Amino acid sequence: MAVTELADDIHEEQHAHGEFIAHHFDSAQQQYDSGKLGIWLFLVTEILFFSGLFCAYTLYRVHHPEIFVQASTFLDKNLGGINTIVLLFSSLTMAMAVRAAQLVERRTVIVNLVITMVCAAVFLGVKAVEYSHKWDEGIFVRAYFNLREHEVPGISRWLVLISIPFAILLAASVIVAFAMRAKGNKNMYVFYLSLAIMFGGYFLGAVGGKIYMNWKTANDKSKAAAVATLEHSAGGTENHAAADTHEPAKAPVETATAQSVPAAAAGEVLHGPAHLSQDLGTFFSIYYCMTGLHAFHVICGMIALSWLLYRSILGHWRADYYGPVDYVGLYWHLVDLIWIFLFPLLYLIN
Amino acid sequence: MTTATTRRELFGYTPDKNYYTASKGIASWLLTLDHKRIGIMYLIGVSAALFLAGIFALVLRTSLWKPENALLGEKMYNQMFTLHGAIMVFAFIIPSIPAALGNFVLPMMLGAKDVAFPRLNLCSFYLWMGGTLFLLIAMLTTGLDTGWTFYTPYSIRTQTGVTYATFGVFILGFSSIFTGLNFLVTVNTMRPAGMGWFQMPLFIWALYATAIIQILATPVLAITLLLLMAERILHVAIFDPALGGDPVLFQHFFWFYSHPAVYIMILPAMGIISELISVHSRKEIFGYKFIAFSSIAIAFLGFLVWGHHMFTSGQSVVMNMVFSAITFTVAIPSAVKVFNWLATMYKGSVALTTPMTYALAFILLFGIGGLTGLFLSTISVDRHLHDTYFIVAHFHFVMVGGTLTALLGGLFHWWPKITGRMYNENLGRLASFLVFAGFNLTFLPQFVMGSRGMMRRYASYDPEFQVFHQWSTVGAFVLGAGVTLAYAVLIYTVRYGRPVSGNPFGAASLEWQSSSPPSMHNFDHKVVVNDPYDFATQVYDEELDSYVQRRFVEPSPKPATQPQHS
Amino acid sequence: MNSFIGFLAQTEVEPAPPYQGGSYFFPVQASSFAKDSDWLYYFIFWVCVVFFAGIVGAMVYFVIKYRRRPGVDPEPSSSHNTPLEIAWSVLPSLLLILMFKWGAEGYFDEQVPFDDAEVIRVKAQQYSWLFEYENGDFSNILHLTNMQHYQFKLESADVLHSFFVPAFRQKQDIVPGRYTTTWLQPTKTGTFRLYCAEYCGDNHSNMKTNVVVHATEAERTDATKWDWLGNNGSPEGKIANGDRLFKIKCAGCHSSKGQRMTGPNLDGKFGTQEFFEDGTEQIIDENYIIDSIREPQKKIVKSFGPPNQKMQVFQGELSNEQIGWIVEYIKSIGPGASATAPK
Ligand code: HEA
Ligand code: HEA
Ligand code: CUA
Ligand SMILES: [Cu+2]
Repeated sequence: MAVTELADDIHEEQHAHGEFIAHHFDSAQQQYDSGKLGIWLFLVTEILFFSGLFCAYTLYRVHHPEIFVQASTFLDKNLGGINTIVLLFSSLTMAMAVRAAQLVERRTVIVNLVITMVCAAVFLGVKAVEYSHKWDEGIFVRAYFNLREHEVPGISRWLVLISIPFAILLAASVIVAFAMRAKGNKNMYVFYLSLAIMFGGYFLGAVGGKIYMNWKTANDKSKAAAVATLEHSAGGTENHAAADTHEPAKAPVETATAQSVPAAAAGEVLHGPAHLSQDLGTFFSIYYCMTGLHAFHVICGMIALSWLLYRSILGHWRADYYGPVDYVGLYWHLVDLIWIFLFPLLYLIN
Repeated sequence: MTTATTRRELFGYTPDKNYYTASKGIASWLLTLDHKRIGIMYLIGVSAALFLAGIFALVLRTSLWKPENALLGEKMYNQMFTLHGAIMVFAFIIPSIPAALGNFVLPMMLGAKDVAFPRLNLCSFYLWMGGTLFLLIAMLTTGLDTGWTFYTPYSIRTQTGVTYATFGVFILGFSSIFTGLNFLVTVNTMRPAGMGWFQMPLFIWALYATAIIQILATPVLAITLLLLMAERILHVAIFDPALGGDPVLFQHFFWFYSHPAVYIMILPAMGIISELISVHSRKEIFGYKFIAFSSIAIAFLGFLVWGHHMFTSGQSVVMNMVFSAITFTVAIPSAVKVFNWLATMYKGSVALTTPMTYALAFILLFGIGGLTGLFLSTISVDRHLHDTYFIVAHFHFVMVGGTLTALLGGLFHWWPKITGRMYNENLGRLASFLVFAGFNLTFLPQFVMGSRGMMRRYASYDPEFQVFHQWSTVGAFVLGAGVTLAYAVLIYTVRYGRPVSGNPFGAASLEWQSSSPPSMHNFDHKVVVNDPYDFATQVYDEELDSYVQRRFVEPSPKPATQPQHS
Repeated sequence: MNSFIGFLAQTEVEPAPPYQGGSYFFPVQASSFAKDSDWLYYFIFWVCVVFFAGIVGAMVYFVIKYRRRPGVDPEPSSSHNTPLEIAWSVLPSLLLILMFKWGAEGYFDEQVPFDDAEVIRVKAQQYSWLFEYENGDFSNILHLTNMQHYQFKLESADVLHSFFVPAFRQKQDIVPGRYTTTWLQPTKTGTFRLYCAEYCGDNHSNMKTNVVVHATEAERTDATKWDWLGNNGSPEGKIANGDRLFKIKCAGCHSSKGQRMTGPNLDGKFGTQEFFEDGTEQIIDENYIIDSIREPQKKIVKSFGPPNQKMQVFQGELSNEQIGWIVEYIKSIGPGASATAPK
């Protein structure tokens, strides 16, 4: 056999490699398949990562069912529900972005990605309202759990604290966006403007959530008071000893047994003996671990989405190269999916 | 027929074109995406970890020379064994074979140019650095005294650097996940045409099974450690009994990872042994499919036995029984491997090269280590042996006698490929003998003192155990000398070894079709996929002092048959 | 739970009893489980020896017989043999089933309660043991009577510990926040070693004491009975009683020798000025000591240790008389005590 024939050397393999095909892959298809398998495996690790928390959750729920039922009344189903819808919607737009990338429709990709990012930010905004409201009430993890009346009717300091980084980021992206426009860099102008819109989304969520929360607290007060008087006159039930002391005009919190409960609607203020309120802390430990970790994943998703947006604006996608959009899309669906599990497990226990 | 000069050109030593002369400067290493360079950096890193933790081992062994622990004092001793165990396990042994040797060899065994995700690969290395750095920070600040198992609630109470250390291990976990993910994808999508699942070398099967465990088990460790950190910083009360948490839950979480992790340590080692035994016996591996599937079986069963570390923890009787029963089933696939290795040597042509001496040592030592595992899986016996030196001896037999031995064997085997130079066979064998002898001297006495009632993690002990401890200490120094000598031989070879051509051992797997050392893109000519265990395809070429493929030497090459195993 | 404080400061580890012999692998068999457990150990041992010898034998034989000879190619032979594979998977499995069965049975035996067992409460705390018997006596050395049945109720005040007596072949972890139990029947008189088998902190290796198995119940009650030296009411007697109580109840946290431990050192403290977290100060007198034993939280010594560590309340745990003895004892180690201390 001739040597020359044998030495069909490596250069032969330097065949039509696309712009974005890494040198070690033989074809775009191989690269795409590798990425796809890789991201699926990564999602598996993510699920397992959360599964540890789900195990802990299950264990404590089996041991203390009553605490879980009670604690979930502290969570606002409406806010949780809104967030669920927001995330579901963002999954839809994400899917549309993937589809558009496949068809190389640059504009549609960009629009859908921006909507997805805004949804993510709205989610965080609402979450920030929920967290800050709880912190105002002294609902922390177990060791610092210290339930008290929600005294801050207006803007909460916690909320401001959480919002500061977002405000800075918002301001920064607006400034950079206009700087880019001044420089005539249209692509980057669009990019930073989109970022600004995204951070704006956070404030949309936060302000909206806060308004709702204030409305609700006010509403609850009058409602709870009404319920209290009503039941008082009807002879009351065993768990409304505390209600006896209520003055109709004041907040329904006088003793340790009756706290200001967001879900106090319908008069379900079932706060047991004081030690129980300590045990509630265990629920909230788990709550913060799970939702905190989930929120972290949302933030990572926002970063990944921004990166996608950047590349979309630069028009990187091809009919045989749109893998990254697909992969991030899968990731985003998982983040969504985890929330779909968290929501009933935490908010809808009855 | 090709001439000798062209053969030399094709398979010869090509110092001016290989992967480590291709580009120069520290940055060309630190920023490289080349799997070979990353493998080398990993090798240097894990070896450093081995030596650091090895020195800790020697210090604590020295301290155990006398019963009253005159050398270290309680606190210091506790730190010693914790850091020894934690660094050995998390920074050395888990990444050792996959990330160092596997990184170098796996893509080449597939005839590929790199792993599927080179950037992820580099990222994994930097995560390893970061994680190890945090372990070192813990070590250099307040130290760490929880034992490598981080059992709660002590790990919540202690004032030492548990938070740093767990954060380090958390990061190391992701490093491990990324390596596993990368390998799994690489094997799935980058096998060359003509290489089906059952034409892969067994080392790849082993790494594949390992990758599955890394991906499925490590995230659970990550969340466990995250919760432990949260417990220490925020007191979330999930593991802390003082706040209503459950300390035994931590043990479940921990062992859910850490038992599969012991198979992360041993499976790649077993893969190496499959290669070494067949190549150095020039004999097709016996029972290919059984070995391949036993790796998967071990990986799978390994997930169901974690409770055998908790026979005395107070878990329910039923759970103890179930875990004990399943644990025994893991022994079967391991036994299958051992028997198949032996059968491979039958009617072979066994050369006692250095890698082969390690392989034989592996069979003996892993045999003892694994068999003593049977004592431990027997509940009533384990309730006596738990947390004695019997356990210490058991796991050093499998981890040092098993994995470390296999790592050294693998290094010697692939060293000619990695460096293009041949080590000194006699010195190599001497080191191997020292390791074997020193090892047995260190850890055999520990079985005896263990079943007599010597507790592990004891800084001081009752005088009746002193004899055993002294033997063990002497052995540890011999072992240390052996390991040092082995490394010295390898390092010496890098500069001064005799240059060799492509395939000095006559192995048939694809990595040997490259030049030694390989060029930046691994292969300078298209690889020819052939059966990795058909050694008849390789013939010795005196001129090159190397094996070359028969078809290059013989005028009419045999048609490349589809290799097939059953 | 947690109604206890043990002792055994690092300097006071119970000395080991002389080694009692036993077989090559084991200490003496001193409980009813030991025989079965050892038997099973040896069964597994011999199974392993047989397999291992076979493996070594085959290996050495092959290495020699089929060693590489230049120019000689390996003989061709089959590379797979399914019946053989099945044989060497199934055969060991049968042995493994036996191991599992006997191991589980032995363990099951250990879990089945004796009806007439005396319950001994074992209280483990970082680096000390306390055993409380049904008749109310307590001791730091475990006293048992040969051939009697016992149930141990184990509890921990802080972290994980483990109750282990090698001669009994019995081990049980002690988990804070819950009780664990184990059963035992000693079958041999003598003194044996008792270890803490679960790593529990700095002095884990010093958390060991002895088990004394007495021939008769009378001997045992004699050994555990409080020999109230102070029954005669003399000052020396009071101090001696206080000394003993201090060792059992207080010395886990308070030194009487000047070291700083979990709690403040009490050597030379009596009659001195102390400063508290709430900014007040006070001379340490009898009343202060009595108050501190009854309600320790009331006055916390300024900047002492982590704030979450609190001394337990002894109100109701110690009688007034007993508290009085402790006060006498602390007085006796106060400054200038040597002058006034009774000889
Ligand atoms: C590489 C690591 C490694 C490996 C491979 C193993 C393998 C095994 N281990 Fe080990 N183990 C550890 C590392 C490892 N272990 C560590 C680190 C600990 C302690 C952790 C700590 O507490 O700090 C531990 C602890 C440990 C315990 C807990 C003991 C205790 O704390 O009380 C148990 C109990 O069942 C156990 C069992 C086994 C078994 C049955 C196997 C089996 O997989 C072995 C199978 C192998 C064979 C059986 C030998 C080969 C076969 C033959 C020679 C043919 C003949 C076969 C038969 C007759 C069946 N191990
Ligand atoms: C991969 C894992 C691994 C490895 C390789 C080793 C290697 C060794 N281990 Fe390790 N060990 C563990 C993992 C490992 N160990 C774990 C997980 C624990 C449990 C920790 C815990 O309880 O939390 C443990 C615990 C442990 C103990 C029990 C401590 C106790 O419970 O009180 C002992 C005691 O002898 C010991 C000894 C040794 C020795 C002598 C070596 C030797 O093999 C080391 C050989 C290597 C060297 C010596 C380094 C190389 C050479 C030099 C440094 C040059 C200088 C020396 C000379 C020239 C002589 N180890
Ligand atoms: Cu108590 Cu170790
Ligand atoms: Cu295990």
